[in-house]
Amino acid sequence: MKLGKLLAELKVRASLNKTLEMAEGETEEEFVLREYQASRRSKMIFLSAFVLLFVVLMGYKITLGEYKIDFLEVYSTIWNHITDNIVDTQADNVVIQQRMPRVLTAILVGIGLAIAGAAMQSMLKNPLADPYTTGISSGALFGATLAMTLGIYIVGGYYGRVLNAFIFALVPALFIVALSRWKKPSPAMMILVGIAIMYIFNAFQSYMMLRADPNSAASVYTWTVGSIGMTTWEQIPILAVVSILGFFALFLMTRTLNALNSGDAYAKSLGINVDRVRIICLLIISLVAAGIVSFTGVIGFIGLVSPHIARIFVGSDNRILIPSAALLGACMMLICDIVGFLIVGATLQIGIITAMIGGPIFMIILIAQQKEVW
Amino acid sequence: MVMSIRAEGLGVSYGDIRVWKDIDLDISEPGLVAILGPNGVGKSTFMYTINKILEPTEGRVLIDGTDVMDMDYKDIAKIIAYVPQQSNETFAMSVLDTVLMGRYPVSGFVTTKEDIQVATSCLKMMGITDLAMRNFNELSAGQHQKVMIARGLAQEPQILMLDEPTSNLDVYHQYYVMKLLRDIAREKGIIILVICHDLNIASRFADRLILLSKGVIGADGTSEEVITKENIKNVYDMDTEIITVDERPYIIYHADENIDVGRGSGYLGSSSGQHDL
Repeated sequence: MKLGKLLAELKVRASLNKTLEMAEGETEEEFVLREYQASRRSKMIFLSAFVLLFVVLMGYKITLGEYKIDFLEVYSTIWNHITDNIVDTQADNVVIQQRMPRVLTAILVGIGLAIAGAAMQSMLKNPLADPYTTGISSGALFGATLAMTLGIYIVGGYYGRVLNAFIFALVPALFIVALSRWKKPSPAMMILVGIAIMYIFNAFQSYMMLRADPNSAASVYTWTVGSIGMTTWEQIPILAVVSILGFFALFLMTRTLNALNSGDAYAKSLGINVDRVRIICLLIISLVAAGIVSFTGVIGFIGLVSPHIARIFVGSDNRILIPSAALLGACMMLICDIVGFLIVGATLQIGIITAMIGGPIFMIILIAQQKEVW
Repeated sequence: MVMSIRAEGLGVSYGDIRVWKDIDLDISEPGLVAILGPNGVGKSTFMYTINKILEPTEGRVLIDGTDVMDMDYKDIAKIIAYVPQQSNETFAMSVLDTVLMGRYPVSGFVTTKEDIQVATSCLKMMGITDLAMRNFNELSAGQHQKVMIARGLAQEPQILMLDEPTSNLDVYHQYYVMKLLRDIAREKGIIILVICHDLNIASRFADRLILLSKGVIGADGTSEEVITKENIKNVYDMDTEIITVDERPYIIYHADENIDVGRGSGYLGSSSGQHDL
């Protein structure tokens, strides 16, 4: 069976309940209500399965490393740490201090990128949109590099790098708003413009790297390819704030995102101030992307692919799609990190793995693209 | 209480192209109102100005006495529902979820049982309850159109505007939809504006017909007042005969004599065309 057809079939099976039949004495209205409730239940089952997968992957990832620790011990150590009842200090040190920052970074980055991708795809009515393909990540990377190599900060202080990244992430974001407002771009045009922006920022980025001293350039390069190994507990709170707050902010906008998916004119007729919503949404996405890029560099494809995989199982209603994509984004990051560890050890930059795995998936989605899949 | 629509000196231009100007109109009686006119005359544009999708370049639209430009999009949506000509979904949901979107202005974050009941009754009205759990993208163009009409009805508006709601429907369903809209308008005492290209179907069901032509209102009134040989000749440049069917005027077109294929459409000076908003 062709991949496109297979995806379409999977999606239909996941979101619909063709097995239900009308009971005797049941009215049409009652039957529809029952069907709807059954469909909602099946989506909740998928969501629960994603939670379970997430818990398994997170536990398994923490077991990996030189110090041997089994799966259940991971969670008992975490529990003991939370309840301030540390039994084994060495296990606590390995799990909480050494391995947890990397795992939490992977999870928070996965959540942030996936929700940003899902929201952008609905908002721009574009299956190929995510912070990476629209140039937002490149803008953020440029801003952060400006701070790291040349020491140019728009606002100084500890969070100067994040603020730099945020300000420059806003450049492509505002360009998208302007383009949507005045030009009514096709999905392809939007992505091509994003790629053009990406090239422009990348050129400046390369120039800065060449100008920087070799040691700093090498460390910046390691970061730009997407690395989750450099974060410590010190950086986790800001990553958590951007990803989790970003999640809740976008989750509150999910009904509006559903309406935007039907076109600007219809969304306006439902009472939505389309321009304002688009600006708010892109501000949130830019902040999420800036926070992530500042600490982990550019990690591609997670934001693009996770929402599409989630859509296959739970459909396109953003109220369930965004939480599902967030969980799948976190799972994909954990899988990529696990794969990286199993193949070459923990030092491999995750951006390389996500590109190696995500690239082919992206191509398959592109080639298999047919209307019914979306 | 019936909400009224009042246009005062209304004019719209797209850049240098003026669609129409100085439109004065008062729609304050409940019923089915058909907006007629050739392609590109600005029928959809007229609808866009009523619910603030488009800002008029001159004049204003008053909804129950309030300038629509001073109204919040949310407040407008509680009064006016709009059914676009074509579906424009990128990521399709189930038919029921699509219809439930019409509840957006009146319901909260969580879909309630009442929302589902309203949406289901709208599906029932359109005779498509069996499609409720189908994916919207699996449906035919005609089924899409029925779902979109159901979505407009689910909004439970005071004013319902439909842009060519019968363009993809077979002849039975064209009559079905127009009859249904007329009955709803009368039963609920609301205004239903419908853009229509089939003059005979408009004549048969509409309580009032507004014929737009070359930037002005060419004719406005009952079907007997609007569907006349002179009006059709003036607006469409076609010779016709008018007979009476079901106590309403019915047009017989003399197509061969009227249409010179090489000449193009003679009735339009400069077409403003369809503008994607």
